[in-house]
Amino acid sequence: MGRITLNKVTKRFGDVEVIPPLDLEIEDGEFVVFVGPSGCGKSTLLRLIAGLEDVSSGRIDIDGSDATSVPPAKRGLAMVFQSYALYPHMSVRKNIAFPMKMAGVPQDEQARRIEGAAKALNLTDYLDRRPGQLSGGQRQRVAIGRAIVREPAAFLFDEPLSNLDAALRVGMRLEISELHKRLATTMVYVTHDQVEAMTMADKIVVLRAGNIEQVGSPLELYRTPRNLFVAGFIGSPRMNLIEGPEAARHEAHTIGVRPEHIAVSGTEGTWKGRIGVSEHLGSDTFFHVHDTGLAETLTVRAGGEVDLHHGDTVYLTPEADKIHRFDRKGLRIA
Amino acid sequence: MATQHSRSAARFMMAPSVVLLLIWMLVPLGLTLWFSFMDYRPQRGTFDCCVGFENYARFVTSSSFQDAVITTLIMVGGILAITVIGGIFLALLLDQPFWGQGVARILVIAPFFVMPTVSALVWKNLIMNPDNGLLAYLWRFFGADPVVWLTDYALFSIVVIVSWMWLPFATLILLTSIQSLDSERLEAAEMDGAGAVARFWYMILPHLARAITIVILIETIFLLAIFAEIFVTTGGAFGTQNLTYLIYQRVIESQNIGLGSAGGIIAVILANIVAIFLMRIVGKNLDA
Repeated sequence: MGRITLNKVTKRFGDVEVIPPLDLEIEDGEFVVFVGPSGCGKSTLLRLIAGLEDVSSGRIDIDGSDATSVPPAKRGLAMVFQSYALYPHMSVRKNIAFPMKMAGVPQDEQARRIEGAAKALNLTDYLDRRPGQLSGGQRQRVAIGRAIVREPAAFLFDEPLSNLDAALRVGMRLEISELHKRLATTMVYVTHDQVEAMTMADKIVVLRAGNIEQVGSPLELYRTPRNLFVAGFIGSPRMNLIEGPEAARHEAHTIGVRPEHIAVSGTEGTWKGRIGVSEHLGSDTFFHVHDTGLAETLTVRAGGEVDLHHGDTVYLTPEADKIHRFDRKGLRIA
Repeated sequence: MATQHSRSAARFMMAPSVVLLLIWMLVPLGLTLWFSFMDYRPQRGTFDCCVGFENYARFVTSSSFQDAVITTLIMVGGILAITVIGGIFLALLLDQPFWGQGVARILVIAPFFVMPTVSALVWKNLIMNPDNGLLAYLWRFFGADPVVWLTDYALFSIVVIVSWMWLPFATLILLTSIQSLDSERLEAAEMDGAGAVARFWYMILPHLARAITIVILIETIFLLAIFAEIFVTTGGAFGTQNLTYLIYQRVIESQNIGLGSAGGIIAVILANIVAIFLMRIVGKNLDA
């Protein structure tokens, strides 16, 4: 069980209000990702849930009971830190055993759970090594192993992949997702990387300056971003935002079109421009189009093998039903 | 650009200082070694070469040698225990955020800057003096007879005086070590259910292990040679004569340079045994 409810939770450091009153429901078994630019309060929010920071006001319920002033160890949550926070003077086995030792789990039960976790995380051969002798990905797995053996109500991840290289990150992303499918335990995951958020989450919480900008499934956020911030943050490459007469033509202050919703043609189309940089990824090509008179640059996606080059004139046609409209305040017009 | 050429040039440029340091060290050591095999008593005018190991035998078999070794061990051990345990405690305390932390830290370091002779005099005359010392007033205030510290508890008193000087040193090194401890690790331990005592025992203490060995190593080397504090307070009386003081006594008071030099060489050998022993422990710690 791992149902977490935040009710009017705030956090202040001195006079600075980092988290203004905030409500959030995390359902049992859900994979929730907190995403936002750095300094948006996502890590603070996670630490509030963990109990490593005290809330300034408001209430946190875990499984229906008030956990606001319960010490971290008693909340039944396990956390994986950005730096992994392994204990360097202990072997991997002792690292994983530590929470159970503190909880007074019997020896044979400890051994059974360590074996289970090691098998699940491919750590069996490394149990007697020190963390210093492991690679980044292995350390990450030890940190997860240490969390698993506690059999917590929910896992908290604080940017766990940011210290890994790109290839490893993709692999660990999959492993964590699989782990979630297998354990079906609530997971709360903090990241600044919208790709991680989109690929892993059941539910994404987009944060800016401590405020929740939008909550929803990855595709909901992609299809119907509630405001300009979410529109710009979710999706890669970023959505093209166009202001001025073209937006007014759609009865909006700003319109947004994703690069993948614009058709590219060498001969005819709604907008005309000149190709600047083109990025060939093989499967796709991204063109940065200038001189459209709409915005400084428009990014558009074309197929992998389009015969257009730097300096060519292109015609762009947005898909009519994929145009997002926003008002003067940046809010979505339905 | 560490080419062969620049490296040999560097060696050439370093050579004078290395040679100077070598002479600085080797000449006194060589002289001591030479004297230790001689019957050299300047006041009687004896300067006879080569009495073999007679000086060594006399130095080691005298009853005061055994006493001095035991006194040295108690002194060094006692001071180490007080400074390391007290240092850990003080370092933990100074690591907590409180108002005036910076000033408090500087004040804690202060005793280390006081010269041994001065500190011993202050302790002897202002604090431990049985007539008008601070402790005497305190004892009288509670209606007790003042303790004659430097006579009745002479060894203990010297341990206290020297500890007072070295506690800041231990605190300083241990404090920097505590501050280098990753706070996420402590938080992880907290999440894992470790209380304050468990966190100290399983996280902080192992993290401090290296700093503690370094404190012990450096302090031991200096504490084996305590002299000023004894000279100023008890003059080696009341069971406070350590090895260094015994050598001084043999050379200056007995005017027997040969015997004293033999003692000096023995002390050098003993100190080196301790140093090698400690180096190995530190080396092991640094490997981990």
